[in-house]
Amino acid sequence: MAHALADDQYGLVRPHRPEPVLEIRDLSVEYVLESGIVGAVENVSFDVAPGEFLAIVGESGCGKSTLLFGITQLLNPPAEISSGSVAFHGTDLVQLTERQLAVVRWKDMSVVMQSAMNALNPVQSIGAQFRDAMRAHGKTSKAEIHERSVDVLKMVGIDPVHLKSYPHQLSGGMRQRSMIAMAMLFTPELIIMDEPTSALDVVAQRSLMAQIKDLQQEFHFAVIFVTHDMSLVRHFSDRLMVMYAGQVSELGPTRQLFNHPHHPYTVGLMDAFPSIRGPRVQLTGIPGRPPDLARPPAGCRFSPRCPKVMPRCETDPPPEYQVDGTSVRCFLYDAREVLSG
Amino acid sequence: MAELQTQPGPQPVGSGPEPLLRVDRMSRHFKIGNALSRHTLHAVDDMSFSVGEREIVAIAGESGSGKSTVARVLAKIYKPTTGEVYFQGKPLSAFRSRQAKLRYSGLVPMVFQDPFASMNPVFRVSHGVMRALKLHRPELTNEQRFAEAARVFDAVGLNPGAEVLQRYPHELSGGQRQRVGFAQALAMRPKLILADEPVSMLDVSIRIGLLNVMAKLRDEEGVSILYITHDLASARYVADRLIVMYAGHLVETGPAEEVLSNPRHPYTQLLLSAVPDPKAELNVGAETDRGEPPRVINPTPGCRFRWRCPLAIAICHEVTPQLAELAPAHSAACHVAQSGAEVKAF
Repeated sequence: MAHALADDQYGLVRPHRPEPVLEIRDLSVEYVLESGIVGAVENVSFDVAPGEFLAIVGESGCGKSTLLFGITQLLNPPAEISSGSVAFHGTDLVQLTERQLAVVRWKDMSVVMQSAMNALNPVQSIGAQFRDAMRAHGKTSKAEIHERSVDVLKMVGIDPVHLKSYPHQLSGGMRQRSMIAMAMLFTPELIIMDEPTSALDVVAQRSLMAQIKDLQQEFHFAVIFVTHDMSLVRHFSDRLMVMYAGQVSELGPTRQLFNHPHHPYTVGLMDAFPSIRGPRVQLTGIPGRPPDLARPPAGCRFSPRCPKVMPRCETDPPPEYQVDGTSVRCFLYDAREVLSG
Repeated sequence: MAELQTQPGPQPVGSGPEPLLRVDRMSRHFKIGNALSRHTLHAVDDMSFSVGEREIVAIAGESGSGKSTVARVLAKIYKPTTGEVYFQGKPLSAFRSRQAKLRYSGLVPMVFQDPFASMNPVFRVSHGVMRALKLHRPELTNEQRFAEAARVFDAVGLNPGAEVLQRYPHELSGGQRQRVGFAQALAMRPKLILADEPVSMLDVSIRIGLLNVMAKLRDEEGVSILYITHDLASARYVADRLIVMYAGHLVETGPAEEVLSNPRHPYTQLLLSAVPDPKAELNVGAETDRGEPPRVINPTPGCRFRWRCPLAIAICHEVTPQLAELAPAHSAACHVAQSGAEVKAF
């Protein structure tokens, strides 16, 4: 089964598939500590369609990075998946062994980590690191490896002479681009990016975002893009998922979410950014701090900070409600059709 | 203490009374390389600006633009290579004795970027602020010190101050820790707080609260703040005046709102166009700038932005542009803008 996944000819544009690339159902990740169990990710469910750009937004500690590691099966103890499934083209990755996972990883699904400086090996040239990745996944002809390495560097706008460069010889933006080039070596169907632009300046950040979008349109891979900066993905993502305290508080089409945010937390996040244009208005941000996940609030996890809190929010955890194509975890939308819970 | 012998530096033309802080043609260079290859890195070159009383001045620029070096020179961590900095009319080099240095660092304290690394985890948060009070305001009794610590904690929004003082750093969130940083600075009754990227490590929902604290310190405590940031939107939100730096040069300065609504320097325009703004439509043109700021090693004269500037003309490659006033209080160092042509680079 896993082999069938990996048989695709690399470098080809894949035909459009109707079924989702990734189906995540009720995924929960727990940190099992001596002091107790910390539920870092709770019952997260979503799909990623082929060629889709899904952005996951949340504050630090909301579980967004843990979720990524859960999807890619890169969790280390004490973190473990306590329930749920991650189906990649119907294969549940949670059930696979390391050997079986190795076939899927990098070829069909690759990851771009937050800090390229730490993700790249400082004592190996970029070319050598590309070669390693390709050898590990079955490309062995020297000529082929070189040809492909030159190709991917050109794709991200770096002169192929830098195959001989070491990471410290490249600027932050170039390092991050070469990480993306590396993720594209096998033209995977899904690239997962964990805050790839957070170490970059605004100018480099914008050009990297534009580049990711260009590549995505050309090669039709799906992207899961994790960030803490909502405004960054406003123009690039198809759908936006807002996470708070390990749960999905709102998930819907990006444009709609920006124009009509439903969840009080999303509304608060929107009002937390000073704008560079328009009138200067006094902002307040969101008072308080995210809850300690070892002792989450009994009801809605946002209730202690919520400006629209109701008595039942403090006792009952809200289910997800479906509102205008957006799913919202908030009792304010109770009158509507209940999705789950 | 002996009367400090000061020689007033050359006053900028048309300036009024001496401002709180005046930086006069200050440069800071670093020697790099080894015995075989000696180079000079020009972190800050020929920079002049001032900070008045009760004023928040933002210095904005990309990483490597020299903005943190400016803060460190002002904090007396580095000495300027050339030029001089005047605080209340006295040159910084005159604050030489231990006592004078201590007095200066109390008047011009610094708040650091990383609230997680800048506090000692084994002491209660009262430790830092009480020590600062003991050093800088020795006339206070123990009770007065505690009362003062509680007052400054309340002033930065850590209420109740007396209770928060008893906590340990790990019991506080990032935003609260950064408020502790400001409270410590405030305890010394400063005139000017140097804040080097104070909110960049905080979550977005918390940043605004801290920017509001900065505005409150200015309005209620009468403190000036030099706010160093790469985030133009937050600079616009909180700052009265804005200084834009590129590759060690001051390229544009003026009232924050005026500079951002009517930027004259192509680099300011580039920075402004790159700020993600969810409320506006996407404005990435076909020609997206992919250049990066240079490291300024052994520079030759000329505008340092010329390689990325779509408007560069011959003179930009030969003569370093000087700051010139283009509108009231609004200056830019750009040959094209100074020639009177309309600058619309990005």
